[in-house]
Amino acid sequence: MSEKHHIIPVWFFVGVLLFVYGILIFISGIAELSHPPDTVLSNLHAPVWWGALLIVLGGAYCLIFRPKNT
Amino acid sequence: MSPLLAMFVAERLVKLSGVDLAIIAFYFLLVLVIGFYLKKFANTGEDFFLAGREMTAWVAGLAFVSANLGSLELLGWAGSAYQYGIMAAHWYWVGAIPAMVFLGLVMMPFYYISKTHSVPGYLKLRYGTEAAGLSAITFAVMTILMSGVNMYAMAVVMKVVLGWDINFSIWVSSLTVGVYVAAGGLFSAIFNEVLQFFLIWFGALLIPILGLIETHGWAGMVARIQQNFPGQDFTHMWAPMGSFANNPMGINWIGIVFGLGAVQSMGYWTTDFLVVQRVLSARDIRSAKLAPIIGSFFKMAVPLIVILPGLLGLAVLPMHLVPASDLQAGQHSYNEVLPLMLARYCGPGLLGLGITALVAGFMAGMAGNVSAFATVWTYDIYRPYLNKTAPDKHYVSMGRWCTIIGLIISIGTAYLVMGFASIMDYVQALFGFFIAPLFGTVLLGMLWKRVTRWAGFLGLLAGTLSSLTMFLLMHKIDPDKWVPIFARSPLAKGLAQDMYQSLWACVTCVVVTVLVTLVTKPKPDQELVGLVYSLTPIAHEEHASIFHKPAFWGAVAMVLFVVLQIIFW
Repeated sequence: MSEKHHIIPVWFFVGVLLFVYGILIFISGIAELSHPPDTVLSNLHAPVWWGALLIVLGGAYCLIFRPKNT
Repeated sequence: MSPLLAMFVAERLVKLSGVDLAIIAFYFLLVLVIGFYLKKFANTGEDFFLAGREMTAWVAGLAFVSANLGSLELLGWAGSAYQYGIMAAHWYWVGAIPAMVFLGLVMMPFYYISKTHSVPGYLKLRYGTEAAGLSAITFAVMTILMSGVNMYAMAVVMKVVLGWDINFSIWVSSLTVGVYVAAGGLFSAIFNEVLQFFLIWFGALLIPILGLIETHGWAGMVARIQQNFPGQDFTHMWAPMGSFANNPMGINWIGIVFGLGAVQSMGYWTTDFLVVQRVLSARDIRSAKLAPIIGSFFKMAVPLIVILPGLLGLAVLPMHLVPASDLQAGQHSYNEVLPLMLARYCGPGLLGLGITALVAGFMAGMAGNVSAFATVWTYDIYRPYLNKTAPDKHYVSMGRWCTIIGLIISIGTAYLVMGFASIMDYVQALFGFFIAPLFGTVLLGMLWKRVTRWAGFLGLLAGTLSSLTMFLLMHKIDPDKWVPIFARSPLAKGLAQDMYQSLWACVTCVVVTVLVTLVTKPKPDQELVGLVYSLTPIAHEEHASIFHKPAFWGAVAMVLFVVLQIIFW
């Protein structure tokens, strides 16, 4: 995508977004382990594993598409 | 209270925590940073209006499908799934996949080879200024109207879900969109659409996952739906299509196959410039052909995050949702099923992610429409009719100003929308009567070299006027008399009427075009090279492996599409 203009790939920004969101959601999931919110299936602690998934995916995107590699 | 606001509940559905607000704020910050970053790359007309024509097939494909994955669609179709069941998935499968594959394999080469900036631009080359002017003006009006509706709908959802002030939502969202689209043009719009794609998937995917865990799988969900709504079939797509009376939509298979699949879907996906512009940004013809096909695979998966939550709502929600028109205090309308499911499963953090996905969807809807408006205004109205000889820089500047002016008009439209009762129905119908005849005009122009300049214009005009007439007769003048005639059954509901209206409008366009063609003089062949199938050498990928050929992936998409129809028959 960036041959003509050398633009940072959009995937890098996607990675930043997912990574930051993953951290915020993971931390809030950890914080609510002892006081789960009043939602259905809160015993599954979705924010913890969903946040971890976002961190891994976002981190991978950031690493693979970081500007110096383009 | 405005009628559209009354479609939702009067009390706020959820309360956001600090982490949710941080997630929303980070999204706004990131899109602004990206907009300013991209400004330095949007210098020429091709950069600003077509993102430099250097997008990969994946980016163009995701932006293509994202342009149609706005929050209006998410909320609306989840509500329709609650109302009509899995039949709503027709609009994602038969109503999209064949048309996307057709666009990639048959129509994209003509758009791409002609190096046009827009669909009206193609019409100008193929027919002349009359058909192009009519198409450009109608399209400019549609995009502004749609941008305003997105803006207002977002403000309403934010008001209802979060308790935010409507004016605050309208101005903050439009300022943000204005800044980043005016800065980076189609670059910004496409970047934002790709971000939105990921946000929507990661924001909404937890609902079907947790929902299916709660119902113990698909079979458990179906059993619960049957228990909650005995005697009604919500989980079959084609079985209830034998007659108008067998399904809540009041439509039969002819309306779905021909009205939706053959006309409205083909018209929308192949001639609506908002989506086609994304594919025109591809860096070469193979990418341009592949982009809609890549998009078709994601489109096939979208019912997972839109239709399935609606079905799960039928199974797990303790209350029965009602039509917006019958809403009373303490009740919830169909349109609220997605926010209700979000609030059911998502606590702090995840809720912020879901709400950000909705905000991103609305803002991408505005950005897409405004960037398409800027292109059509600058290249199809301003340049051919008002200022033919300005330098490229002038047109880029005009595009930037158009973005701002388009948004200001959209804000006016957003406030205007508050006074109308069922504006969404009207917009859908307006869109339908414009797009359906346009498909006939573009397709005939591409496939039949005999079609003449005046045949293209008069066919498009006749199709548009006939559609408008049918709409007025069925909605305003005498529904009891005209609905059974045009929609073939007195049971036909709004969506069913739209499908038949599109079908007859396209037929009218084609008949008038053919008749006028037979009595008028065709253009010489040399003027049609690169614009008509029989006169255009199409580049083939003889040397590419089978896995790099768009035709192969188009065939795979069609096989998957058929398998899905059989599974959910």
